[in-house]
Amino acid sequence: MTSTPTPLPSHAVDKETAPEKPRKMSRAERRAIAARGKLSSPWASGIAILIAILWTIPSVGLLITSFRPETVIRNSGWWTVFGNIASGEAEFTVDNYNQALYGNSSNLSTFFVNSFVITIPAVIIPITLALLAAYAFAWIPFKGRNFLFVAVFSLQVVPLQVALVPLLSNYNDWGIGGSFWTVWFSHSIFALPLAIFLLHNFMKDIPPSLVEAARVDGAGHVKIFFRVLFPLLVPAIASFGIFQFLWVWNDLLVGLTFAARPYQPMTVAVAELAGSRGGDWHLLTAGAFISMVVPLVVFIALQRYFVRGMLAGAVKG
Amino acid sequence: MDWLLTPGTTGEKFAVMVVAIVLFVAVMSLILFAVDRPKRVPSWVVALGFVGLPLGFLAFGLLRPAGITLWNSFFNRNTTEFVGVDNYVRAFTEPQFQKVLIVTAAWVILAPLLSTLIGLVYAVLVDRTRFEKLAKALVFIPMAISMVGASIIWKFVYEFRPDQGGIQQIGLLNQVLVWLGLPPQQFLIGQPWNTAFLIVVMIWIQTGFAMTVLSAAIKAIPDDITEAARLDGLQGTQMFRYITVPSIRPALVVVLTTIAMATLKAFDIVRTMTGGQFGTQVVANEFYTQAFRQNNQGLAAALAVMLFVLVIPIIAYNVRQMRMAEEIR
Repeated sequence: MTSTPTPLPSHAVDKETAPEKPRKMSRAERRAIAARGKLSSPWASGIAILIAILWTIPSVGLLITSFRPETVIRNSGWWTVFGNIASGEAEFTVDNYNQALYGNSSNLSTFFVNSFVITIPAVIIPITLALLAAYAFAWIPFKGRNFLFVAVFSLQVVPLQVALVPLLSNYNDWGIGGSFWTVWFSHSIFALPLAIFLLHNFMKDIPPSLVEAARVDGAGHVKIFFRVLFPLLVPAIASFGIFQFLWVWNDLLVGLTFAARPYQPMTVAVAELAGSRGGDWHLLTAGAFISMVVPLVVFIALQRYFVRGMLAGAVKG
Repeated sequence: MDWLLTPGTTGEKFAVMVVAIVLFVAVMSLILFAVDRPKRVPSWVVALGFVGLPLGFLAFGLLRPAGITLWNSFFNRNTTEFVGVDNYVRAFTEPQFQKVLIVTAAWVILAPLLSTLIGLVYAVLVDRTRFEKLAKALVFIPMAISMVGASIIWKFVYEFRPDQGGIQQIGLLNQVLVWLGLPPQQFLIGQPWNTAFLIVVMIWIQTGFAMTVLSAAIKAIPDDITEAARLDGLQGTQMFRYITVPSIRPALVVVLTTIAMATLKAFDIVRTMTGGQFGTQVVANEFYTQAFRQNNQGLAAALAVMLFVLVIPIIAYNVRQMRMAEEIR
């Protein structure tokens, strides 16, 4: 991108009518006019609306279906409910949710608990470790610092598939195979490269004078970290925290590989359900939505932080 | 102390979780306390206190296993006999695996291009309109849900019922075909189009990411540039072609490469929707099959290494583009 403003081409200046007319519109006004000009094209609005609908309808269909009785789901499409509501014949039920959560074939409530138990430490541990490492990379001068940081940064591109089998055999050798500990440990390791990189970026944005001032006052690194930097980093931590939360909650590969059946997260249970009872849409639709509720709530409530973290990761990277 | 490894009840599970967190906090405090205590510690000791554990984790849990995997990829199925590059030769020459590679290539090319294209068009279209926030949220939400969830959502859209009297379609896409007077299709079975229908799911998920990053980049285009172009008489699609796209080029490259890498590694969609049957298998899922179903450790290791090697051209492209952008600047 050019950082110098592009000079106006001379013929563009010629086109400007009535130079005596003062152009005192505010930035917002000009942007509003530009936007109006754009939306005047019905094609443009049509395409935008079409995309919005295409992106929404599949989820709506699943949500509606999850509340319809089993036999009705088998025999008619979910879109017929709109006609049925109009004629007063629509039937809704929460039976599907009951059956998905507590029924013998799915019993998702157990896996719901597992997802929580897996996710919370798998968010806290890597963030803490990454904060400390990011602090050292940003503010403690030591030999080989740049080399190590670049090394950690480039580990981001290593697909975690390459680590799975050797790690699994280690865990089994130690006799902890299949337990929550292996899942926490694996998730923490796999999160570190991105976490260190992101938090380091945020830490570098803090004015060095602040850290210097604290150092002059005699504060050690631990004190500087907790008293000066930590309060300023809360938004950054929130950004990455949400990122990691969604990543761990939605993960399939790590849970499938390392967790034994009683400790598997919900993604694994729902995927299994899709494989073994693929035609039971009353169970699948309800199960899918149970697995989506928590990330959706977190995501919608904290979207601002999420977008910030994503932009920091994507654009700076 | 059995419950620490094999908790039975919900209460025990949460107890283990608390134990783990407390243990972790205790260890961390101990380390920090140790490096902070003495008045004059050399700075490398402090640095070690801060980076030691994270770097140790990475070395042990990522670098070392990656090395082992690379080593194993030159051995036979139970890693007892050295076979040279046989596993790689097999992965590139056997028709079964060649097909997997072709399907993976289709994923890695189509998913990033289409989600970036749709995300860009959408970002431009809703930019500074009255409904911008809502419009963006609608496309963004698929990012919050798991690929397993997304797969189930779309599997339901593609659901097929035999075309007989008295049987109604319950999948939306087949119903649309019926409304148009066409026969319903088995979208997930008919090759090669079933792969395309699976890629749609990835595009559905990734477009929100592309849209958000590109929208931020579009908003960062300086006003005087767009102003000058408008005075130059550029409008609509011309503005898009000559001003918007060149201005956000670096962001476009980042989005394309990020989605490409995510697509290469993703196996959730294929596994949940078709299980890799009907010619939809991709490298990431074939790795899982070989490692944990077929127990062919040598071939699985080779596939994992290939996943890594295939990432390299994507990164090389990214770095080259960034260098070019720097030079222009």
